[in-house]
Amino acid sequence: MEQQLKELQTEALAKVEAAEDLKQLNDIRVAYVGKKGPITEVLKGMGKLSAEERPKMGALANEVRAAVASAIEAKQSALQQKAIQEQLEKETIDVTLPGRPVRTGNAHPLTKVVEEIEDLFISMGYSIAEGPEVETDYYNFEALNLPKGHPARDMQDSFYITEDILLRTHTSPVQARTMEKHEGRGPVKIICPGKVYRRDNDDATHSHQFTQIEGLAVDENISMGDLKGTLEVFAKKLFGEDREIRLRPSFFPFTEPSVEVDVSCMCGGKGCRICKETGWIEILGAGMVHPNVLEMAGFDSKKYTGFAFGMGPDRIAMLKYGIDDIRHFYTNDVRFLKQFSEHE
Amino acid sequence: MFVSYKWLSEYVDLDGMPSKELAEKITRSGIEVEGVDMLGAGIKGVVIGHVLEKEQHPNADKLNVCQVDIGEEEPVQIVCGAPNVDKGQKVAVAKVGAVLPGNFKIKKAKLRGEASNGMICSLQELGIESKLVAKEYSEGIFVFPNDVTPGEDALLQLNLDDEVLELGLTPNRSDCLSMIGVAYEVAAILDKEVKLPEIEVEEAAERTEDWIKVSIEAKEDNPIYIARIVKDVKIGPSPLWMQARLMAEGIRPHNNVVDITNYILLEYGQPLHAFDYDRLGSKEIVVRRAQDGEQFVTLDNAERTLSSEHLLITNGKEGVALAGVMGGANSEVEADTTRVLIESAYFNGQRVRQASKDHGLRSEASARFEKGVDPNRLQAAADRAAQLMAQYAGGQVLAGSVVAGEIDLEPKVVSVTLEKLNRVLGTNLQAAEVEDIFRRLKFEVKTDNEEFIVTVPTRRGDITIAEDLVEEVARLYGYDHLPTTVPVGATYPGGLTDYQEKRRTVRRFLEGAGFNQAITYTLTSEKKSQEYALESREPIKLAMPMSEEHAYLRLSIIPQLLGVVSYNNARQIDSLALYEVGSVFLKESGAELPTEEEHLAGAITGLWEENLWQGENKAADFFVAKGVLEGLFAKLGLLERVAFKKAEIAGMHPGRTAAIELDGQEIGFVGQVHPQQAKDLDIKETYLFELKLSPLFTAETEAVTYEPIPRFPSITRDIALVVDTNVEAGKLEEIIKEAGGKLLKDVRVFDLYEGEHIEAGKKSIAFSLKYFDPEKTLTDEEVVKVHDGVLEALKEKAGAELRS
Ligand SMILES: [Zn+2]
Repeated sequence: MEQQLKELQTEALAKVEAAEDLKQLNDIRVAYVGKKGPITEVLKGMGKLSAEERPKMGALANEVRAAVASAIEAKQSALQQKAIQEQLEKETIDVTLPGRPVRTGNAHPLTKVVEEIEDLFISMGYSIAEGPEVETDYYNFEALNLPKGHPARDMQDSFYITEDILLRTHTSPVQARTMEKHEGRGPVKIICPGKVYRRDNDDATHSHQFTQIEGLAVDENISMGDLKGTLEVFAKKLFGEDREIRLRPSFFPFTEPSVEVDVSCMCGGKGCRICKETGWIEILGAGMVHPNVLEMAGFDSKKYTGFAFGMGPDRIAMLKYGIDDIRHFYTNDVRFLKQFSEHE
Repeated sequence: MFVSYKWLSEYVDLDGMPSKELAEKITRSGIEVEGVDMLGAGIKGVVIGHVLEKEQHPNADKLNVCQVDIGEEEPVQIVCGAPNVDKGQKVAVAKVGAVLPGNFKIKKAKLRGEASNGMICSLQELGIESKLVAKEYSEGIFVFPNDVTPGEDALLQLNLDDEVLELGLTPNRSDCLSMIGVAYEVAAILDKEVKLPEIEVEEAAERTEDWIKVSIEAKEDNPIYIARIVKDVKIGPSPLWMQARLMAEGIRPHNNVVDITNYILLEYGQPLHAFDYDRLGSKEIVVRRAQDGEQFVTLDNAERTLSSEHLLITNGKEGVALAGVMGGANSEVEADTTRVLIESAYFNGQRVRQASKDHGLRSEASARFEKGVDPNRLQAAADRAAQLMAQYAGGQVLAGSVVAGEIDLEPKVVSVTLEKLNRVLGTNLQAAEVEDIFRRLKFEVKTDNEEFIVTVPTRRGDITIAEDLVEEVARLYGYDHLPTTVPVGATYPGGLTDYQEKRRTVRRFLEGAGFNQAITYTLTSEKKSQEYALESREPIKLAMPMSEEHAYLRLSIIPQLLGVVSYNNARQIDSLALYEVGSVFLKESGAELPTEEEHLAGAITGLWEENLWQGENKAADFFVAKGVLEGLFAKLGLLERVAFKKAEIAGMHPGRTAAIELDGQEIGFVGQVHPQQAKDLDIKETYLFELKLSPLFTAETEAVTYEPIPRFPSITRDIALVVDTNVEAGKLEEIIKEAGGKLLKDVRVFDLYEGEHIEAGKKSIAFSLKYFDPEKTLTDEEVVKVHDGVLEALKEKAGAELRS
């Protein structure tokens, strides 16, 4: 009997070893380890054994069973691993092939610049004020200290619709309108972005339509030092921490004193083509709001002072991205538009 | 304004300050120096030569062989091609070894067999612009006056060792349209004195008033008119130094009398006119408005038709000068002129501007009158001109001037307090510092209890109010010295309005969905302005458009976007998704301004999804465009309130266009461009949408509130319906929703079939219905009850049968 069991074990182990898949293995399990298997058959003959040998045989039978079971288990795990291995091999892909593209679009470069400026000033407590692109002569010129016949009107030849209605030449009328709404009570802190129009022939540096963004702060005790400090924050944020600004006296009818503001060039003052060898780049015009403008909008110019500044996002975007032709902004060549998709 | 450094230094001690440094100081104090031009830059070895002999070149008709004394031991032989070269002339000679502009080196040469050791130069060859060279020398070499010595540096004689600063003047600083004005500015910056020219006029016994009478009929246009007369003048070239200065400042020399008037214009900023007294045609000057249609020939020999908007100087009968703009041909100073009448007047700026604009005659003179001249310089300018004509044209000045009219010569008094100065500038200036700045400006100042009472000279007509004084102080104190602060005071939150936030949300959504933002022109052609308009109105036209293409305000964004599609398609860019947010302009009868309506427009064409190697390309179609909009409406919390309804819109595909309604109000459309239109524009199949933003942004929406995550399972039932082909899915969905009631959570189309396996004129459309009760697990009985109701309603209202 012992002999029989050992033979069974050898036979079963050999079959386990030879099994090629889980099904065969399962058949082996049923055949050898199951209740109706040959081991059970052998044990049926135990009645002929002595009482001494019976437990020995029982133990041996259990050993054989265990050995076969464990071999099956080992084999099973090996086969499973092999199956996974095969699956993995079958599923292997070329990871260097391109991924499925995700559609992305992006804002127009002018919008990017405008939003960056808006957000900066919002963080300093400003609101965004907007107004009509078709304006009255009054708000576009007269309320800004530019009466009819004023020589400075030449500076901005305009598109008139009727004698009194025109396409705004700057976003300053929004300032006048907003101040009026405040009915002489400060503070007013606004940023006015928008499209503006001038009679220019379109070329690399001129466009009959362009973008402007202006700012206005009116309160008691607003000083020119405040203007300087505010613009310094602006320049550092927009162009970089290492940039400096300088103010040069200038002339605008709606401010007095008036200044042009230069930002130091990225060449670090050494002089280059962009700054025309001066180390400085003109980026905006500014000044203290002219008392006539304050008074016309209903503010007491003895009590209130204010500063205003204005700049062209077209020019700023051209400087920032090195764009050489303003017409690109309005042609909308997708190869141009898509260049501004990256986060900065 | 061009400013000669050497000339300027006659009025202000510049201490030899390098021109670049001076330019920087002027720029930083308020007048931008746009450039510094080194005259004679790149020129070396040009001397005065004396043409001793001139002989015809033996082998060339147009060449002469000259022997020229250039101050060396032996004369040199130079072959010269200039038509005006002649024996006895003093000329500029570029010696062998000399360098001319453009690094042109002069070498020993043989011209047609004759040795040539140098070159006789024209002014153009010395770097002077052709338009500045006196007419008599414009086609040949320049001939110097006889008092120059051979071998002398010709550049010095021509003032070509000078430097010229180009000032970019803002409209308020017309005081710097004169050398004296610039001198005051520079003196203030450098804290120096101004040396004015000394005027000494030797007068003859005869009196001007016996020769001429002046009367002014248009006193508003011409408050004052001063006339002086110089007799016995001899017309000839002006002195070389004067010609050189005029050229350096951009004015072409003519003759001594004309050059002197131009010289005074530059020196004092006062335009003068010189008449030939004998050609005036009378002994009087009458200043009046021209008559409408009056004819007048200006000295450029152009016949001009005047209007009553123009001011005319007449001899009592006919015009002799268009005031402040140009003299008449009839009274022009010519070579034989012997008696000159000098006009020094104040003409109203607007009057001059009108005439110079109407006749396209902008000149140095008109520019100055337009901005207003200094009334205190009228007499000095006339006197100085008379003096120079005596000196350089051999004339005799008649006694006195004839002055008609009068003008206020009193300087303005403007005050500002120290407190205001410091408050506006944010500074802590002391009274003495402020007084010192006014002293540098040569403004007389009295200080009374920290208030500065400033007498502003008439040359600074731009200073009228306290703020102007603040600016003078600030710019001379230096903006670099201002403190750097930010506004303090009441703080209050800034930020975007709800509308502005939503606009950004829309932009971000579309960009996330793959759209690029475009910005196109507001101005368009008449045809395009009306195409695709959501509301048809008469388009608004510019009074004076610059071109047909940009003459009208747009009523829709789409035509411009189609232009962008066409532009890109023409450059082999076939797949595009673009959007634009911008205003359209609706004329309102009765209102002053048009209504500006902000619209969102989009265009999609080509492939929407592109995955080359996996071969899964998806072309843009109607449902792509609609899906984007549905996503957008969902983002705005409005999807349930939006409906798409089949619509016909000009320029759109009649079977593939839907009007979009929000709460039953039409707000825009989406669809395919009409194939004919696409063909005309040469674009590929393109889908478009345009929407009004305001109704979307102002619609009341419910605040987002948390809804519990479902705890009970839902039950899904799929149905395939057979209906007539013209039954719209939207209609079926409506029926299902109505009949499904509260338990119906969701309904979706998941299949559409038309074809051979179905009866002609019918289609099969499959819906997936999801039933759900948030309170409990639904039982089959409950679902069956509702679902049967749905099927019944479909059959009854749409003739829908279940597909077997
Ligand atoms: Zn630079």
